[in-house]
Amino acid sequence: MSMPFYVAPEQVMKDRAEYAQKGIARGRSLVATTYDVGIAMVAENPSRSLHKISEIYDRIAFGGVGKYNEYDQLRVAGVRHADTKGYAFSREDVDARSLANLYAQYLGNVFTHEMKPLEVEILVAELGTEENHEQDQLYHIAYDGFVSDEEHFAVLGGDAEAVAERIRDAWRADWDMAAAVKAAAAALAGPDRTLGAGDLEVATLSRGNGRRTFRRIEEEELAVLLA
Amino acid sequence: MALPLFPPEHDPGPDFVGLLRLTTDRAGSAAPFLDGSRPVEAPHGTTVVALRFADGVVMAGDRRATAGNIIAHNAIEKVFPADRYSAVAIAGTAGMAMEMVRLFQVQLEHYEKVEGSTLSLEGKANQLAQMVRQHLPLAMQGLAVVPLFAGYDTMRGTGRIFNYDVTGGHYEDTDFQATGSGGRDARNTVKLGWREGLPRDEALDLAIQSLYDAADEDSATGGPDLVRGIYPIVAVVDATGYREVPGDEVGERFGALIARRQAERAR
Repeated sequence: MSMPFYVAPEQVMKDRAEYAQKGIARGRSLVATTYDVGIAMVAENPSRSLHKISEIYDRIAFGGVGKYNEYDQLRVAGVRHADTKGYAFSREDVDARSLANLYAQYLGNVFTHEMKPLEVEILVAELGTEENHEQDQLYHIAYDGFVSDEEHFAVLGGDAEAVAERIRDAWRADWDMAAAVKAAAAALAGPDRTLGAGDLEVATLSRGNGRRTFRRIEEEELAVLLA
Repeated sequence: MALPLFPPEHDPGPDFVGLLRLTTDRAGSAAPFLDGSRPVEAPHGTTVVALRFADGVVMAGDRRATAGNIIAHNAIEKVFPADRYSAVAIAGTAGMAMEMVRLFQVQLEHYEKVEGSTLSLEGKANQLAQMVRQHLPLAMQGLAVVPLFAGYDTMRGTGRIFNYDVTGGHYEDTDFQATGSGGRDARNTVKLGWREGLPRDEALDLAIQSLYDAADEDSATGGPDLVRGIYPIVAVVDATGYREVPGDEVGERFGALIARRQAERAR
């Protein structure tokens, strides 16, 4: 019987992290930011049907970057979790924090125990109460299950540092949706490109939108916002 | 609680009822408790009516629930939004019916979120039929639920109404339908007043009048409660979606109806 080669655990983790990071860096980035009456999510995505941003529940949205089939499976699991919880208890009992924890648990588990880590980064956004902006929440969950509770804005994807730098300079507490979307698009594009309505996928969670606060901004409306 | 992930061969897809069956034993778990020797006395909801008009459909239901000769509840709601473009109204065992509506609402929303598109109106009607059919064993023991489903068909640009029986049989009614103990009386009134292309105002008045007449003939149907200000729930579904008619407006329309009837008597 041949002995397997010994590989130091540090090396295994490093290799896996590198593998996941490479996969994520191949995809395009996503920015989420709070604005005066809600949370706007902007992703670079030329597809009109393979969404990066989706509705999970009344006040919760999902964003994913990396490998589509992997984050989409997580999105569906999130919808299932939220709907079963809301049905068993009450709609108010569904919250982003517990969902973010479940995602973190799963991603962390896959990262350490499975052959291949998931090549995804995900965002769980929750709109606070109708009155209180302070309760808006953005949970950023990395491929290894690392969760961070971001304030004001979150950036997912390969070029996250540079994009975050740009959005940090532009961010204002009381800007409206148009300003937020414009700034997010500019941050995603960087200094050398411009992204038009056809290159972006935009959705919001906004106050005063009734029970289901999630809304997609379709291309025509987006073109007007970016103009 | 863990993240609900399934291997491909067991994936329930966009079906919430299927998902519940896999994750809990809530769906259909009431059946084994009943032995059928004695029918259960539970509050019953009664008369609901739906009619098509120029822009969509109007749906209305009285507010009474009865258990035998007792009024179990005088402000129960029987008309609900199923999703943005459809409404469901219930007659039959109130507790069972409410639970069915709740499950139906989640089912439609769940499908929409998982699939990223909404079901056709026909698809929604079929989903409800399956739920009614699954309920048949309990219906045989006196706990029947017979819903009425109506909505605005965004593809055809018209209102449509579906009527159900206890076996889950569902039949599309082109113009109007009513169900529940006072359903026959309500249907008679609508039949006399209905015509193609009714405007919204007249459609609302016709629905209100039909419930008034049903309450006149059927003890299990509640009329307008002027003392407490409790009026039937009336909802409209059209191209802009589901909207409940404000209680004040319903109250005014009942006031006008009563004034008309009094004037007729005085003549």
